[in-house]
Order: sequence, then C-alpha cells, then structure tokens
Amino acid sequence: MREESKEKNPLEALGPRILELLSDLGELELEDVEMEIGELELAVQQAPVTALPAVKPPTGLKPKPETLLLEAFKPPVMEYPGKIVEVTIGATKSEGGSRFNSVTIGGETSPPFYLFETPPPHRPAVSIDVFDMKIHLASAVRMHVEDVIEDPGEWAKRAAEKWGADVINLHLISVDPLLKNTAPREASKTVEDVLQAVKVPLAVGGCGDPEKDIAVFKRVAEDFKGERLLFNSVTLDMNLKEAAESIVSNGHVLIAFTPMDMDKARELNRRLYEYVEKDRIVIDTTTAALGYGLDYAFTIMERTRLAGLMGDPELQHPLSSGTTNAWAAREAWMQMDPQWGPREFRGPLWETVTATVLLLAGVDYFMMMHPAAVKTLKTLIEEFCSGLKGPDENYLDWLTLKT
Amino acid sequence: MSPTEIYKHLPRTNCKECGEDSCMAFATKLANWEASLDKCPPLQKPEYRNRLGTLNEMLKPPVREVSLKSKTRTVKIGGKLVMYRHELTYFNPTAIAIDVHDEMDDQILTSRVNATQGFSYEYIGQRLKLDLIAVRSTSNDPKTFELTVKKIVAQTELPLILCSENPDVLEAGIVATGGGKPLLYAASKQNWKQMAELALMYDCPLTVTSPFDLEGLKSLVKTLKESGVRELVLDPGVSWKTLPDTVNNFTMIRRAACKFDDELMGLPILGVPAQVWVEEDVKPEVLAWREVCLSSMLITRYADALIMHTTEGWALLPLVVLRQNMYTDPRKPVAVEPGLKVFGQPNEASPVLFTTNFALTYYTVASDIESGKVDCYLVVVDTEGLSVESAVAGRKLTADKVADSLKETDVEKKVKHKTLIIPGRAARISGELEELSGWSVLVGPMDSSGIPKFVQEKWANRA
Repeated sequence: MREESKEKNPLEALGPRILELLSDLGELELEDVEMEIGELELAVQQAPVTALPAVKPPTGLKPKPETLLLEAFKPPVMEYPGKIVEVTIGATKSEGGSRFNSVTIGGETSPPFYLFETPPPHRPAVSIDVFDMKIHLASAVRMHVEDVIEDPGEWAKRAAEKWGADVINLHLISVDPLLKNTAPREASKTVEDVLQAVKVPLAVGGCGDPEKDIAVFKRVAEDFKGERLLFNSVTLDMNLKEAAESIVSNGHVLIAFTPMDMDKARELNRRLYEYVEKDRIVIDTTTAALGYGLDYAFTIMERTRLAGLMGDPELQHPLSSGTTNAWAAREAWMQMDPQWGPREFRGPLWETVTATVLLLAGVDYFMMMHPAAVKTLKTLIEEFCSGLKGPDENYLDWLTLKT
Repeated sequence: MSPTEIYKHLPRTNCKECGEDSCMAFATKLANWEASLDKCPPLQKPEYRNRLGTLNEMLKPPVREVSLKSKTRTVKIGGKLVMYRHELTYFNPTAIAIDVHDEMDDQILTSRVNATQGFSYEYIGQRLKLDLIAVRSTSNDPKTFELTVKKIVAQTELPLILCSENPDVLEAGIVATGGGKPLLYAASKQNWKQMAELALMYDCPLTVTSPFDLEGLKSLVKTLKESGVRELVLDPGVSWKTLPDTVNNFTMIRRAACKFDDELMGLPILGVPAQVWVEEDVKPEVLAWREVCLSSMLITRYADALIMHTTEGWALLPLVVLRQNMYTDPRKPVAVEPGLKVFGQPNEASPVLFTTNFALTYYTVASDIESGKVDCYLVVVDTEGLSVESAVAGRKLTADKVADSLKETDVEKKVKHKTLIIPGRAARISGELEELSGWSVLVGPMDSSGIPKFVQEKWANRA
C-alpha cells in the first residue's frame, strides 16, 4: 500500500534521491544552478509536511517555562578505524629476560582519556632518567641525587625503589666521542650494573652521535639478548639497517626520534618497517618545555595520536616524551624575584605541568627527573586509569569556604 | 560549513572589494575562518540585511562568546571555533579569576585584590596577567556582600564573578558594581527561576551549575534559554577527588558543541579549581600544587574561565605561561629568519655570538643582550626552528652548520678577531667547530641570562 501511495506522489518519491544527488554535486555545478537548488530544497522539504498532520509551531512570544525542561545528553561517541600498537618493555625470566615484571604501553582505541568512549588498556609508564657520568643538573634535582650522581646503579635503585619509576631510563652519555668516548664494552658494563641494581625494565640511551650510538647499541643489544631493552633512540641520520637489526634480532624494542615533524616521524617509521615489527617501535616527536615550545610539542603529539586513531598506519605507535626537557626553561631552575617563590617548588611544578599537559596529548612513556613531579604524574595516571568515580556531592562547598 | 553554502548567500557580484578575486574565493576564506563578513562592503548595505543575518548565523562559533564587564573593562570568554587547536587556533584565552569572600579580613581582601590586579610576568614581549575577581558570599547576607563588592570595585577595574546560591545576595552585589555586568554564579535546579529574572533584569551573563550531571546542566540551559537569558556559561563541576569525571565532562561538552552541533552545550565552560581547598587537613602548598595540576588540565581541556584560590607566584606562573602557549596561533612559524643580527653599536673588537633560529630561543637571547646593553653581533643559525639543546641532540646544530653560517653572514669582515662565543648548551661541538671554522671558541653560559656578565668578565680578558 505504501509503495503505491509513494508512486502516486512523484515528488515525495523523488525527495530522498534528490537530496542524495545534491550531496554528490560538485562545486561548479552548484555554482551554476544555485538558485534553482534553493528552490528544489524547499520543494523537497514540503513533500513530507503535506503527508503529516499540520502542526503549526506557535508564533509570537513564547511563554516562559514554569518547570525545568528536561533534555537528554548522549555522550558524543565517535568511531575510530585505527588502533595504537602495544609495545612491551622488559622481559621476565619466563620471557627470556631477568626483570621482575615487564611494562606494556599503547593499545589505545580512543583519544587520551576519553573515558566515555574506551579507557586506555594500559597505564602510561613513568621512567626516571639516570646518567652514566656526572652532569649538570638543576639544583632542585641535584639535591635529591647528589650522593649517587656518579653511581648509576645506586641512582637507578633510588629511582625505582624510592620514587616508583616503572622503567629506568639510563643515558650512556659518556660514550660521546666529544666527552669521555667510553668504549661500547665499558658502556655495556654500566648497563649490567643497572640491571643488577633494579628489578624494573630498562631503557638505554646513547649520546646523540649516530655512529657511536650504533656501535654502543649493538654491543648492549647482544650482551643482554632477550631483556627487551628500550633503545633510545634511532634517528633518520643513522644507518637504520645497522641500527635496527641488532636491536630486533636480540629481542629488544626502540624509540624512533624525530624533531617535531609528523612527516619525518612517518618517514622514519616507514623506513624502519623494513627491519622492525611495528610492535617494537615507540615514537618520540620531541618534547619542548612549558614556555619554550610546549605548544608545538603538544599539538604535534595530539595530531599524531588522532591521525593514528583515524587510520594513519605510520603513526599508530605509543608516544614517548623527554619530559625532563622541562628543566631547560629558565623559570624552572633560575633564582627569580621573590614574588615567583622558591625554585624548589617552581622547578618540579614546571616539570609536572609539562607532563600533565602531555599526558592529555597522548604520551605513553614519560622520561622524568624530579621525584615530586614523578609522584604527581603517577597519582594522576592512577586516578585516570582507575575509571570514573561518580559525582563529588560536596562540590558546591567551595562557595561558602571561609579560607 | 562548506564554501558553496556560504557562497549562496553572498552578493555574488565578484566586485573584489574584499580583496579576493571572486565571491567564491571569499566564501572559501570565510569557511576557513580566515576572513570575516565585515570585509565585504556590499553585504553591509540595507538590501542585504537578511543575507548578512543568515551568514552571521551560519558562521557563528560553535561555542558562544560571553562578555564580563566592569564599568571600564571587558573580558570575553568562549567564542571558540574549534575543538583542537591545530584545526585553527583558540581565541579568548582562559580568563583566570582569583577568589575572595565577604567575611574576609579587610587587609587580606585588599592584598588579594592587589595581588590579582598587580600580577604581571614579562614573557617574550608579552605581559601575562590575571583577569577577574570572584567574590563569594559566605555570610549569605545581602548587606555584607554589597559592602564587600563596593570595596573591591573601589580598588580595581577588573570585572567580577559574583558567587552565591542566594539571588538576593547576588542582586545586592550587582547593584554594588555600579553599572558593571558581572558574571553571576550560579543558577541551579533549585533557584533557576529567580536567577533567570535577575540575569534578565540586569542584563548580566549567568552561570549554570549542575555538578557532575550533564543532563541536568543541559536541561537548565534549555530552560534558561527559553526563559530569555542569552548569555550563559556552563559549570559542569570540578573535583580533585573525581578528576577523571571532571576532565571527561569538560571534554564531552566541548566535543558535543564542536563536533555534534549541540547548541545547548555550545557555551563557555567555567572551571573551579579552587574547589581543592575544601580539604582541611592538607598543607596549603600541597593544595596549591593540586590546584595547579587541575588547572593545567582544564586549560588544556577546554576551560574558558577558571576560579582559583592560590595567589602564590610559583603556582600561578606555570599556568599563565601554559595559557599563553595554548592560545598562540599554531599556524604561525616557530622560527625567525637566520642570518646576522646587530645589537647596540658594535665595533671591530666587539664579541660575536651565535644562537638558533627557534623563535623562543632567539627572543630570549635577544632580550638578554638588549637588557644587558651588550654591543655585539649575533649569528642566528638555521636549526629548523629547534632550541640549542634540542638542535644539538637532533643534529640540527652541528659544527659545520655553524661554520657555514659564519661564512654566509660575512661576520669575518665586520670584526678584527676570530673568537666566537657559543651557547653553553652547545659546548660539545666546540672542538670540531674550531677545527672547521678556524675561529677559536669561548664556551658561553648555559643560559643566555648570563651573557652580559660573561661578556663583561670573559671577553676583555680572553686569552
């Protein structure tokens, strides 16, 4: 019956198809016929109205509501075709390593902490930086590590046991040919010391010299086969085949580092895929400090994560952040006018805010320095990853607080 | 909004008065928020009044703009066009209010108001400031509230947020502003009718509160809009104890507005990190710390205004810097032009320094050189917009790059020495640089604030 009546009303039958046709028209065609289209749209809208009982909306002034007008709110959920890969750092005895536990990051299917969609399957990991030689540190940081600054094992132990680092982020900066030029064999010894000192997984960083880093990474990768170390980092100016093969063949994972450029991040990953499985790559798109380019760092990370979720296969990797760069901001370490308070507060808060903002951009792996910043970030992660809490019934108490 | 839909309503005369070649080109710019309707002179004529109205409606921001006014100043909040800053840019930086209450000791009140309006931090050529005072009524007495507001208005021109659940108290406060349009806080499920009357009578913007209840919030907005209140602000509730819910709600509201065309949620969001201070047994430094963490999340996640309690400089400084960062235009280049910059009146014996072309690095170094009145040459090396530290790590600042820059800028011809001061953070390239360039290297301070002192002490006495 319905079919028949539709046939009798050609305009009504045409209605939906015209809308379809209109939506397919290109700009030029629209430009030529725009007035007609306006009329057509009106005509199309008329058709269903005639078929419905005529209910005219009231005109003129509306009466003010007497009671609350109820409105539904549906969480604005979207679908994402992409998924971030999971990367596991560290291996336990049964997995071929010596760690007490391993740490898995990534696996997201929604933007960061969109808990109304899908909560992240894993907690972002917080690692603490440990250096293999004495380096210049802001005084607010140095005061906590002064006595262990030349003992990476002890430093790592403090970071893991006292401050709760999920991973130790060892930097072998002394291998730098322009610094101590430590031999790969020696550097590997430091890695062993740190592995002995802590139970948590380990990341091993180089000095930034592409050739020397490959030599060191190779040696360390071979000496600790199966430990699933996180090598920090592999860059576009390295011989990628050489850099990646020993890391992969010995069962480790790596950070692909690029300087604040999504195209370069894609390029590096694309080239790495020749030698490395996707689930062994964490990406680092560069962290700049609050006040010193954090906006660029934040936006590139946010875009990278959204692009990955929207299906860009080359950006579906967990994100790493050298949050310690927060200390490059002079407001973090400098003695300032008294109105800006003690730098012992300002510094760690600077690192905390940098980390907090990047947590919301999608960072999965933080490299940090100050124990108070680490503690705060871990608390925030714990809060976000333990799910929604329900309303705080006492919220409006702030209104009448006599503080 | 597609350019063709916008084009339909333009005059379509291709008169080029807007500076574009055609109305279609102008429509494309409008669609990308790169042009505004006032750039089209014909559209301002009476015969196009209807079209202008239609276009204004089509192009209105998904998040409405609301104004808070004192007698002399206006602070605009909301007016957001996009959810993510890379989609365009964020407008109207999060307005930060500091709270006071009407039973506060006079001296404390005065010092808090002064601290708020006197707050200022110089940051790359800008002054970072606080914006508003939030006055709470703890007395619940109209007379007391009125007196407090009068004292504040006598002391500052900053616009106010007046906070009480009691409409009579708020009315006394509005009158005491002597003609301001403060933001009223807040209409709830209990008092919305009286609050609506108040907002209409005094033409003030009104906050809507229904803590941790977005359906309730949306219902209130619907009801208040139907009651005729035009300028509304959302308060979805903030709590340290329910942090994920807090951030989740802010995110849902903004997404509903920007991606789901939910007009009722298309309003500025007010956050109250001051809420952390309800906990009594916690040290004030810890509470201020929490307040900053919460605030930094809310600045990142869509708060258009914040009410804060702490006035500590160490706590507020990272927030005003964060706000500045988040509200910069992400389309603008991050780098400055590389090349030779001249400071003061250098002669052939003056120092030569170098830095990178990252805008923040360059401006920081330049301002330190200027404030120290150092006459010198500064070679700006192209590091593709990276800071010294990142550029060294990312191999964008290498010895050969610096050596090339020295040659390209011809600085050799300006001075009769061959000593280059390099940033302390680039110390590791010093040896290689000496070899490649033939210049001798003086490793300068780790931070450019040390340049004037360094030049004074080390330059004249260099070996």
